[in-house]
Amino acid sequence: MYGTHNVKSEGRSIGTSFSHYPPSVFRTTLSWRFIPVLVAVLVLIPVGTVILSFLTPTGDVWQHLVETILPSLLINTFWLALGVSVSSALLGVSLAWFTAVCDFPGRKIFSWGLMLPLAIPAYVMAFVTLGLFDFTGPIQTSLRSWLGPELFWFPNVRGRLGVIIVMTLAFYPYVYLLARNAFLTQGKRSLEAAQSLGLNRTQGFLKVALPMARPWIASGVMLVLMETLADFGTVAVFNYDTFTTAIYKAWFSMFSLSAASQLASLLIVIAFVLIVMEQKFRSRMRYAETKQSSRVARISLTGWRAWAVAGFASATLFFAFLLPTTQLIIWATHNFVEEFNQLYLSFLWHSLILSGLASILICSVAVLLVYSARRHPDIVTRVAVRVATIGYALPGVVLAVGIFVPLAWLDNWLREMAMQLFHIETGFLIQGTLAAMLIAYMTRFLAVGHYPIDSAMQRITFSIDEASMGLGLNGWNMLKRVHLPILKGGIYTAVTLVFVDVMKEMPITLMTRPFGWDTLAVRIFEMTSEGEWEQAALPAVALVLAGLIPIVLFTHQAEK
Amino acid sequence: MLTISFSRYPVTIFFCVTLFSSNISYAEQVVVYSSRIEKLIKPMFDAFTKNTGIQVKFVTDKAGVLIARLKAEGKNTHADMLITTDAGNLWLAAREGLLEPIESETLEANIPAYLRDPQKQWFGLSVRARTIVYNTHKVKPADLSTYEDLANLKWMGRLCLRTSKKVYNQSLVAMMIAEHGETRSEQVVRGWVANLATDPLSNDTKAMEFVAAGKCDVTIVNSYYYGRLIKKNPSLPLAIFWPNQAGSGVHVNISGAGITKNARNKHAAIMLLEFLSSKKAQNLFADVNMEYPANPKIKPDSAVIAWGSFKQNQMNVVAAGELQTEAVKLMDRAGYR
Repeated sequence: MYGTHNVKSEGRSIGTSFSHYPPSVFRTTLSWRFIPVLVAVLVLIPVGTVILSFLTPTGDVWQHLVETILPSLLINTFWLALGVSVSSALLGVSLAWFTAVCDFPGRKIFSWGLMLPLAIPAYVMAFVTLGLFDFTGPIQTSLRSWLGPELFWFPNVRGRLGVIIVMTLAFYPYVYLLARNAFLTQGKRSLEAAQSLGLNRTQGFLKVALPMARPWIASGVMLVLMETLADFGTVAVFNYDTFTTAIYKAWFSMFSLSAASQLASLLIVIAFVLIVMEQKFRSRMRYAETKQSSRVARISLTGWRAWAVAGFASATLFFAFLLPTTQLIIWATHNFVEEFNQLYLSFLWHSLILSGLASILICSVAVLLVYSARRHPDIVTRVAVRVATIGYALPGVVLAVGIFVPLAWLDNWLREMAMQLFHIETGFLIQGTLAAMLIAYMTRFLAVGHYPIDSAMQRITFSIDEASMGLGLNGWNMLKRVHLPILKGGIYTAVTLVFVDVMKEMPITLMTRPFGWDTLAVRIFEMTSEGEWEQAALPAVALVLAGLIPIVLFTHQAEK
Repeated sequence: MLTISFSRYPVTIFFCVTLFSSNISYAEQVVVYSSRIEKLIKPMFDAFTKNTGIQVKFVTDKAGVLIARLKAEGKNTHADMLITTDAGNLWLAAREGLLEPIESETLEANIPAYLRDPQKQWFGLSVRARTIVYNTHKVKPADLSTYEDLANLKWMGRLCLRTSKKVYNQSLVAMMIAEHGETRSEQVVRGWVANLATDPLSNDTKAMEFVAAGKCDVTIVNSYYYGRLIKKNPSLPLAIFWPNQAGSGVHVNISGAGITKNARNKHAAIMLLEFLSSKKAQNLFADVNMEYPANPKIKPDSAVIAWGSFKQNQMNVVAAGELQTEAVKLMDRAGYR
């Protein structure tokens, strides 16, 4: 049956006992072990470049930061990370539970509608929300015209609570999407069993469903946490200073890229500790299901409960998607004539092709990583997989430089070689190619592809692997014919997340794009960097619409 | 069933992608790294191409990132020119040894000495004046005098400021340090912080909107933001005041450019730089963003002329770069976020 029990014995036995297989199998085994290490090395190059900054002196930047702003930045960052991850978890898990397991008015619409906020970049959500709710926004302005010039009771929208709310609304879909996947795949028999043992619905949720969904929830929260720690755009709109503020300040204001990289390295350490801690907790448990889950009737909510849940879902959808999108569309129509031109087609095309190719690449690599780690759960492989997903914790702009420096170095070296050996001028061979861009995206977003697929893999019991080995399936064949079909839901989730994340990404796109390859996100960057927030509405609307494509396409698929 | 065929396709795609790669052709062209955005620089490039037939290729990004990129590319860089929207980053690029001194009589004739590098590594192309904007219902121009005056007690609870993280404010304070020294400047900044009506805002437009809505009475912004806001909403009770006219003048920064040390198309790049200082391009600089042309012979946009003429601070803008780090530290100490 389902549940969490001890695994130590079973998990080990599969990966390590290859000695009695024929030599061909032995070779495949080696190559499967090689993949995670290769990917980890690829990711370690840019991350290592950032860490190597410790070799460069930074003058008194550190001392200055420690003596002045750093203590308050750390406090700010702590509260933000805690607030956003806890509230995203609560919001995401509860909504996932209601839409996946219960039934209430409008459930079908909400189940995909609640994913839509994923398509809105957090910094866009931030400037729209501030535009609406701040002192000069329409809400406070009309309140003042009714109630007099001073609204002492109105909360400070630009304060800590405001940032936490906006980031929660922007990031909860990570948890929602993953938790929903968990609840959908765990079947309802265990709940029925719980009920037959005398647990009521709430107890069943807390004691059975929730623990069984843990890897998914933890993965979602981890993504939210890493995104929050690495964010700069959203907090900048609020002028809420966090640790990334210090990174930006060291680099762009005090001209010390090395101090900025050193600060960023600390984020890597923090993220690594969190990941390892989460893995430690998780490794003692098993989440596989032994039988295909059967469709059992949903828990039907009635009366005030049904309407309360519908109201809760509506409110979330309204504040996280409908309201910001409406405001964006209004702004976009204001300056449509002035801003729109045929270039927009190319921006859109570039955004789509980059996101499309990147999500294919990243999710394929993620599948390979997850599969190798399953077949060979030794320490080297496990560490390699963790290392491969660490790029997500770095602020994009720091990672972008970490990627660019070694690329440029390699390019320069190749060019020198070509000159010396063949006396030909090659130009840059790597830099400014889409291949380089895709690799760069991979170092940043592998975590986003990895987590959903990894969680889905844990649903598959090891006895399936043993059975298929008994049938002579190994390596590629086992992955292709046994695991991939079951992983489908997880893969669709991963593709959706990566697609949308790449589309929203700015610093890596800016730094590695070929000449003329501007995307919608680049356009938003240009507008906002000149303070023209409302002009940025048109590319932002286009980006939201383009981001909806995979959500609409794959949501349906993932739940078949 | 999900069927993914693990064939040669990924490999083929990668190969093709790499092939249609950065096929830089070596016809006559100039390659520009610009932190000035496409909308505000492409019109000048188009005019140049029309005049000379030389193509301009450019890529935009943050100035700090472009400088890191130039450094990483080293002597193989494709970039011939770096354009930024402040003096500090040009100063940094020069200090990192990325720019080449240019001897050009045209540039020296067109651009006043205080708007270019004494070592001739970069040149200002447009002037961004940072000035005071006030609420016309609440403040009389006679009450205003200098940036420093905004630190006085009479402005308690009446001042809005943009965040100190923006380079425009860092340059303003850097130039103030150059003029008054650190101790006096820190007193001024502490005075500003004490007078704030609300936490520092994320951009100039927001700051002016707060002034117009009555949250505060005065703020410090770049004049072209005022121009844009008034153009969109002429009824706002806002007006420009030119400070420090009895003293050193209004603080100005530049949007400017330099030629890279490893430029492959140095000749064409110098032509472009000289063109950008010429009447035709300077008129475009004035038009596209309501900035002031760096070339004093060229008139600004008519809407801008209506704000009145004023004395610019003629201290060389190189100080904005040299003292930027000091300015940032000072603002951190003073609690200016």
